[in-house]
Amino acid sequence: MPLLDVTGLHVRYGAVDAVRGIDLKVEEGELVALLGANGVGKSSTLNAIIGLVPVAGGAVRFRDEDVSRVPTELLVRRGLTLTPEGRRIFAGLTVEENLSLGAYGRRDAKAVSSSYERMYGLFPVLTERRQQLAGTLSGGEQQMLAIARSLMSEPQLLLLDEPSLGLAPQIVETIFDLIGALRADGITILLVEQNVAMSLDLVDRGYVMTGGAITASGSADELKSSNLVEQAYLGGH
Amino acid sequence: MSAVTIELFLQQTVNAVSLGGTYALLALGLAIVFSIMGMINFAHGELMTISGYTLFYCGLAGVPFIVSVPLAILVAMLAAMAMERIAFRPVRNSSPATMLVTSFAVAIILQTLFQNLISTRSQPVLLPDILAESIAIGDFLIGVNKLLAIGATIVMLLFLNWFLKRTAVGVAMRAAAEDFPVARLMGVRANAVISGAFALSGLLAGVAAVLWVSQRASVDPLMGFVPVLKAFIASILGGLGSLTGAVAGGFLLGFIEIYLTAFLPEALQEFKEPIGLGIVVLVLLWRPNGLIPAAGVGTEKV
Repeated sequence: MPLLDVTGLHVRYGAVDAVRGIDLKVEEGELVALLGANGVGKSSTLNAIIGLVPVAGGAVRFRDEDVSRVPTELLVRRGLTLTPEGRRIFAGLTVEENLSLGAYGRRDAKAVSSSYERMYGLFPVLTERRQQLAGTLSGGEQQMLAIARSLMSEPQLLLLDEPSLGLAPQIVETIFDLIGALRADGITILLVEQNVAMSLDLVDRGYVMTGGAITASGSADELKSSNLVEQAYLGGH
Repeated sequence: MSAVTIELFLQQTVNAVSLGGTYALLALGLAIVFSIMGMINFAHGELMTISGYTLFYCGLAGVPFIVSVPLAILVAMLAAMAMERIAFRPVRNSSPATMLVTSFAVAIILQTLFQNLISTRSQPVLLPDILAESIAIGDFLIGVNKLLAIGATIVMLLFLNWFLKRTAVGVAMRAAAEDFPVARLMGVRANAVISGAFALSGLLAGVAAVLWVSQRASVDPLMGFVPVLKAFIASILGGLGSLTGAVAGGFLLGFIEIYLTAFLPEALQEFKEPIGLGIVVLVLLWRPNGLIPAAGVGTEKV
C-alpha cells in the first residue's frame, strides 16, 4: 500500500482545468520528483493534495485514508505537510517562532524540544540566528528555515515545492544535498522541481507533467536515458 | 514660557495621553481583526456601546463598580465572538467590500436595537465618586479617571505584547496575519484564530468603553460611533493592519485633538476638527502607508 495514492485528480480554477485526472503514488521511504515546465500544474497538484485548493475530481489517499476533503489544518496532524513555493516564511517572526509554528499541533513538549535540537543540528546557521527576524535571512537561509519549519511537525510525507527557486547555484547545490540527507534520514519526499538534471541525479522515481497531465514516468535512470523529459518540455507549450 | 503655561501644557499632555490611549486601544482592536481577516469592523463601536449598557444596567441593579467593570469587558468579548460567528463567518471569503458592508449592517442593526429596546436618549451611568476626584501634584491637578485611563492603557498594551509574543496562540495569530494559508499549513485552525482575534478586539473595545464611560458618565445608542471613527482614522494614520502603527496613530490623534482644543486661538476653535483632519492628511501625504506600515500589506487572507 503506497503512503500517498492520488488517482484521477482534477483541479479547476473557474473554467481553467489546471490538473486533468492525474495518477501518482509515493511509497514509504521514497524520494519522488514531479517534474515539468512552469505552469503545467505541479504546484496545483501539491496544493490540492494538502487541501489549499479544492479537489475537483478524483481521490487523494494518504495512509489508506481518503483525505481529499480533510481541511489543510488537520492534515499536518496526520503527518502530511508542504513546504510552499517561494518559501513563505513568516518574515515578521523570529526564526525560533517560525519553527515553533511548525510544531503548533504537537503537545508532547519533550518530543518537540528534541525536534528543535535536530533542526538546529541539521541547520547550524539557524542556531546562530534563532532570535533574528526571519525576514532578515538570506534566500538560502529562508529556504532552510521553510524546510526546517515543515520538519518540526515530524511529517511522514513532505511535499517540497520548488525548493531551488530563485537561489544562487551554489545554494541550490546545498539545498539538494540537504534533500539527499533528509532521504537518508528516512523521510519520504515528493519533490516538485523545474531543475530536471539535478532532480534526476537525486530521486528514485519521477513523473513528468505537461499541460495538466502526466506524460511520462519511470525510475530516475529510465527518465535520464530516454528523451521523454525533453519531449515533455519541448512539446508542452 | 511662563510657569502657568508649562502647567497648562503638562495638564493637557495628561489629557492627550489619556484620550490617545483610548483611541490606541480601539485602533488596536480594529487592526487585529483587519490584519487577520482583511476586514474593517465598523461594528467595533457597538461593542463599546454594549459594554456601556452593561455598566448602566449593573448600576441600576446595584452591582458594585469593581464587579461591573470586568463584567462589561467580558460581555464585549462575548459579543465580539458572537458577531464573528453569526455575521462575519458566512462572508469570510468574500470581497473586502462585502465584508465592509456587512460590518456596517451589523452596526446599524445594533444601533436600531438599542434605540428601540432601550431608549434613544442618553442613560446616566453611576460611577464611583473617586473617579470624579483629582490628585494634586505640585500645582497641577490630574483627574483620577485620567490616571486610571493611562494606567489601564499601559496594562493593556503590556498584556497584548506579552500575549502576541509569548503564547503559542498569540504567535499563531501573528503568523496568520502575515500569511493565512501557510499558518493553516502549520495546523493553525482558521476558525479558532479568527474567533480569538475577535475576542481580543472585544477585550480592547470593552476596556475602551469603560474608560470612555468613566469620562462621561452616560451611554447612548450611538456612543461607539465617534470614538471608533476616530480609531479608524488613527489606524490609517498609523498604517492599516499594523499593531504598533495603531498605537502610534491613536496617541498621535489624541495629541492633535487635545492640543488643538487647548492651544488654538479662540477665533479658530470652531475649525479645530477640520484643522485636525488637515494635519492627518498632511501626515498621510508624507507617509502614504501610515507611520508604521504593516509588513504584510496586500498579502492573501484566509
